Amino acid sequence: MNWQKLKRKLPRLVVNIVVIAAIVIWFVPTLGLLITSFRPASDVAYTGWWTALSSPLKFTQYTVENYKNVLSSGGMLIAFRNSFIIAIGGTVIPVFFAALAAFGLSKLNFQGRGFFYALIVMMLVVPTQMTFVPVLRLYNKLSLSGTFGGLWLVHTGYGLPFSIFMLHTFFQSLPDELFEAAHIDGASIWTTFIRLAIPLSVPALASLVIFQFLAVWNDLLVALIYLGGHQSVAPLTMRLSSLVGSHGQDWHLLTAAAFISMTVPLIVFLALQKYFVRGLMGGAVKG
Amino acid sequence: MVMRRKTGGLTPLLYVGPAVFFLTIFQVYPALQTIYLSFMDRRSEAFVGLANYKFVFTSAPMLTAFRNNLIWLVFFTAGTVGLGLLFAILVDKVKYESFAKSIIFMPMAISFVGAGVVWKFMYTYKPPGSEQIGLLNQILMIFGFEPKGWLLESPLNNFALIAVGLWIWTGYCMVILSAAYKGIPKELTEAAQVDGANSLQVFRHITIPELKPALTMVVSTMLVNVLKIFDIIYVMTNGNYGTEVIANRMFKEMFQFSNTGRASAIAVILFLMIVPIMYANIRQKLREG
Repeated sequence: MNWQKLKRKLPRLVVNIVVIAAIVIWFVPTLGLLITSFRPASDVAYTGWWTALSSPLKFTQYTVENYKNVLSSGGMLIAFRNSFIIAIGGTVIPVFFAALAAFGLSKLNFQGRGFFYALIVMMLVVPTQMTFVPVLRLYNKLSLSGTFGGLWLVHTGYGLPFSIFMLHTFFQSLPDELFEAAHIDGASIWTTFIRLAIPLSVPALASLVIFQFLAVWNDLLVALIYLGGHQSVAPLTMRLSSLVGSHGQDWHLLTAAAFISMTVPLIVFLALQKYFVRGLMGGAVKG
Repeated sequence: MVMRRKTGGLTPLLYVGPAVFFLTIFQVYPALQTIYLSFMDRRSEAFVGLANYKFVFTSAPMLTAFRNNLIWLVFFTAGTVGLGLLFAILVDKVKYESFAKSIIFMPMAISFVGAGVVWKFMYTYKPPGSEQIGLLNQILMIFGFEPKGWLLESPLNNFALIAVGLWIWTGYCMVILSAAYKGIPKELTEAAQVDGANSLQVFRHITIPELKPALTMVVSTMLVNVLKIFDIIYVMTNGNYGTEVIANRMFKEMFQFSNTGRASAIAVILFLMIVPIMYANIRQKLREG
């Protein structure tokens, strides 16, 4: 290759090198975790996971023992169930109430509408830290700490401002004439909500549901605050972090446990990436 | 109903009421209560004036936390936004764009706890001489260096933790900036090029101004993330070896030291730092929405 040709191709080459380097850096840590989780404890403790790459198809070097171990005695199976219970309730309840409120605020004309919308937007600035002490006290009084119900309600309270904000932006984009026409034809407000607003906003709702589901699934702090030491109701994130504390150097167990906690988010991400990204943007970027 | 006619009676309340109820119980009331508690003692029994705030601004652990949050603020924000912008522009020029984006964005889907375990393993330290099981120390060994206690040596450990943050959040910045980047009209850049602008000039005078709304969004989002950063620290070092941060210290005051007064004061300070940033963030969102 002569100098001229190289000079022309160089920028493209540099771009490719940088992007491929980024892909490798972003992928290798997770790959290391995955491989380690399938290696026997004795191998994990004394040799690097990359040694398995010298003969990656030698399946005798892999084992599912670590997974059996953390699922049973590590308590990850119960935690898995708990994460599902917490995340489903912590998604359905806030999204439902957010849809109601966003519909009311964008399609009903009533006194105080502007005030309520301003109130909700203002709540976006309040960090959850501002609420921990009083809400925990309230929960202790009502025996709600350490319960799934308590966690659902608190995730509802914390998730609502963003959810309403996002759905409100979306409902605003639906033409008012559509709803007025339905109303003139005799549809009640509830009917226009259920039969018109909800079906029209399926993409927005899907984004919000996925976003909220993953946010709750991945949450550690809120669970730590309101579940206390109750391991029987602890979600995966809490279980995993307590394993880090008690089995800090047992990497064969920690990697398996970490991967279990990542399975559902990874499946959701791979299958529904488009909606997840939209949810994260929260209507911030159009299109 | 909509717009022209007023919806009277209790109907609007049925729609908006439940949300307002939840917000009152879980946001408005507790936030006000926390302000009140920040002036009370550890059991909220006696008024102590500004004593808790004095602790927040003068005690050694809190000063460490402020210092670290500041380090995070600078390097995490610059890193995530800078790399995000770089990748957003570069992936636009390769054929495997969506694959590259998926890989870089993936850590966003998993929990910070999971990411913490992934990286704690990457940083694992074994004494020199024994075989390394952490990839980073193995790489150091290959190049003839001594293995490092990435999470033990201050201030190195703060940067090791920030790297985890970059790994998680860069994808978010990239995706948002990439969407905005693709929205820049091609005529604009082409016209500039025809007029003889080089790529650096195009970047400075067209790309950056056009991306400004999206940049405001990601910068403010990253700043709020930094101030609230908790999970990574809690899982990887629990604030030991000089890695304490504000949110983790608040957690400790609440549960380890059972001092509600101090925990509340920390929360109030956190709130005051977040307000102006969120204000900019929301203003941007409202402008676009």
